[in-house]
Amino acid sequence: MKQYEIVDTPIDINKYHSYTVNEVQGAVCMFTGHVREWTKGTRTVHLEYEAYKPMAESKMAQIGDEIAQRWPGVITTIAHRVGKLEISDIAVVIVTSAPHRKDSYQANEYAIERIKEVVPIWKKEVWEDGEEWMGHQRQYHSSVEEE
Amino acid sequence: MDIMVFAGLKEKIGGTHVTLDIKNEPTVKELKETVYRQYPALEGDVFQVACNESFVKDTHILSKTDEVALIPPVSGG
Repeated sequence: MKQYEIVDTPIDINKYHSYTVNEVQGAVCMFTGHVREWTKGTRTVHLEYEAYKPMAESKMAQIGDEIAQRWPGVITTIAHRVGKLEISDIAVVIVTSAPHRKDSYQANEYAIERIKEVVPIWKKEVWEDGEEWMGHQRQYHSSVEEE
Repeated sequence: MDIMVFAGLKEKIGGTHVTLDIKNEPTVKELKETVYRQYPALEGDVFQVACNESFVKDTHILSKTDEVALIPPVSGG
């Protein structure tokens, strides 16, 4: 595994969890994002994710660096799956470990918010009667403009 | 100039790359204008430009050797 990676096979969360554990980390927070069947009354049949892989991995590493600056001592690892995903499959795993729990929780939420802003990954929802590439739920974060 | 495209842009264009007829070292703004002129199907679609895997502003100058990509609004997670 890589610390920050795009994968095209099912995500084995245990190896990412283990990656963040060492003798100084007393708290590990793991978030998994799953394919949801129902969104505001519309039934999803499956999802397709696509990534600009090298840039996505470097942006996820950038998020890890941002976390290390804001919460020194936090270890982060992120994996996002691409391709066709079925209901309840894991699309993303984020693990943040820290000496104490508060930092691990805060860093973990920061990571998912930033993924939705700056990592070039796209989701297509496929319904029974159509499909659409998503991407307008959040638009671009101001920090994208500042790079 | 060869540019990578993704997701909805890729489906509209019908390929993973667009080849733009554009002068040497265009700005990002000039590149965007050329994309919309050569691919009218993209009218109304918004995207950012990435150069060598970083987002760049409209004033950034692109070179022939750069890896350039059109990045529609992202929806990971």
